[in-house]
Amino acid sequence: MLRLPNLFRLLALAALVAFLVQPQWFEPLLRPLVQENAPAIYNQGSLLQLTLLHLRTVAIATAGATVVALALAILVTRTSGAEFLPLSRSLVNIGQTFPPVAVLALAVPIFGFGEKPTLIALFLYGLLPIFENALTGLTTLPQSTMEAARGTGMTGRQRLLKIELPLAMPVILAGIRLSVVISLATATIGSTVAARTLGEVIIAGLQSNNLAFVVQGGLIVAVLAVLIHDALQAAERSLGSRMGR
Amino acid sequence: MIEIEGITKRYGETTVVRDVSLTIAPRTVTVIVGTSGSGKTTLLRMINRLVEPTSGTIRLDGEDNRSLPGYELRRRIGYAIQGHGLFPHRTVAQNIATVPTLLGWDRARIDAKVAELLTLFQLDPAAFGPRYPHELSGGQQQRVGVARALAAEPKVLLMDEPFGALDPIIRAKAQDDLLAIQKHFETTIVLVTHDMEEAFHLADRIAVMDKGEVVQYTTPAEMLVKPATGFVESLIGAGERPFRLLAIETVATAVEPGTAEGKAISSAVSQREALSTLLWSGRKALPVVGPDGVLIGKVSLDGLAQRAAGRS
Ligand SMILES: Nc1ncnc2c1ncn2[C@@H]1O[C@H](COP(=O)(O)OP(=O)(O)OP(=O)(O)O)[C@@H](O)[C@H]1O
Ligand SMILES: [Mg+2]
Repeated sequence: MLRLPNLFRLLALAALVAFLVQPQWFEPLLRPLVQENAPAIYNQGSLLQLTLLHLRTVAIATAGATVVALALAILVTRTSGAEFLPLSRSLVNIGQTFPPVAVLALAVPIFGFGEKPTLIALFLYGLLPIFENALTGLTTLPQSTMEAARGTGMTGRQRLLKIELPLAMPVILAGIRLSVVISLATATIGSTVAARTLGEVIIAGLQSNNLAFVVQGGLIVAVLAVLIHDALQAAERSLGSRMGR
Repeated sequence: MIEIEGITKRYGETTVVRDVSLTIAPRTVTVIVGTSGSGKTTLLRMINRLVEPTSGTIRLDGEDNRSLPGYELRRRIGYAIQGHGLFPHRTVAQNIATVPTLLGWDRARIDAKVAELLTLFQLDPAAFGPRYPHELSGGQQQRVGVARALAAEPKVLLMDEPFGALDPIIRAKAQDDLLAIQKHFETTIVLVTHDMEEAFHLADRIAVMDKGEVVQYTTPAEMLVKPATGFVESLIGAGERPFRLLAIETVATAVEPGTAEGKAISSAVSQREALSTLLWSGRKALPVVGPDGVLIGKVSLDGLAQRAAGRS
């Protein structure tokens, strides 16, 4: 039996797919937003292709940020790495406070126009939520559980892989979810330096004063963000409920 | 055999365990008692090196416990933690299988062991094996914790207040089960408890800790008759002493020649139970039968009174 929120999600997904595959079906809806003879549906490329490229950029940047942030969090929560905790915290914080637009501006002279500056900006911006959450997850494990893990004769690596990471996983996933949602929105600015993302649609709309373009570009990003957010949250919940949280 | 020699643990300025020496005979139950914060848990955890002592040595069967890596040592020693410490993301069966899995037992042997232990602790393997710890009651969790400690059939078992969360009936059952398991596997058990009743019931020897020191280490009977310090005396509870003395011995040692009227009592029950029966039935003496049901004499109110006063 489908519950109401899931029904809405399913409908949103169906509408999104339909819009990406057959955008002209939605033409009458967007028509009122534009002047007489302007196009109501983005006509400078395939929306589907831009969406997939957008998702790819976000996926690569988030995967990179996850690997680095998680490795860093694991390192600084071992007794041997504890002294690096303050240093890595401030490094990651800088990554977060540095505006992505500034990163783009700095990266273009080095890497040229295209996807690379965007990837770097998203990567840096996505580090902090994952790192902070992984740190919280790994440092707030129940004391008696950790004692038991040592008491049963697990080595440090076994404790990490069999106990600490699985137990911290819901919190780590929450960090990844935050990072993904931020990146989905932030990736649009990559189009200012010629990265192929949904930002193209919005920028095209702004340049030609076409409100319909801006709305469809924005809506696709928003629906993607909501759907991915909810899917990751459901994964966290199912992991968490098994542990009785 | 566990030989603890001059063990001291300091955290900064404070000495938590001070110069403790104990020799624990194989296949016995040693119970550590003492007030909260007296260093019982710390002493226990220095045996499996969850805590490294500041000075002193501990030998297991003559071998220094630092002669192998800590994690290998701990796979050989069962440890039932204060407050169970089950892994919340693993099922009951997976929890119990922890050490056998680390030791690389094959699947069939592990499954058989898990089923055996669950059955032993009155938990149906089919119903409880696949559950997660949060789906159990506190008492069930604690039993699973003890089962996990026993899974790899360790020769030494350390238990930190293992029965704290059990109700009196299940607790008594768990204690008797533990003694049966101990006899069966010939395990050496070191157990920490706050419950003096439990201590006298289980112990071959009791170690009393006070402010980090062991102030007395002896048999329950000896401790009742000759408490080493005022602290030990107060721990035993002055009002309880005669009854504890009767509780630790069976009727068999109190049998007198002759016979008495009425329903006979078994020589295997505790003298305390015999006294209780005498008082409740208002009689002066009861006939006693041996294990084979043959009359072997009587047990009298006067005789038990003498014993309760420690004058037998
Ligand atoms: N890691 C630690 N650092 C500093 N002090 C500690 C540490 N572990 C224990 N202590 C102190 O050592 C003392 C003894 O602790 P321990 O846990 O051995 O007591 P216990 O006899 O088991 O008490 P309880 O009956 O309450 O469990 C306590 O005062 C405690 O605060
Ligand atoms: Mg304790």
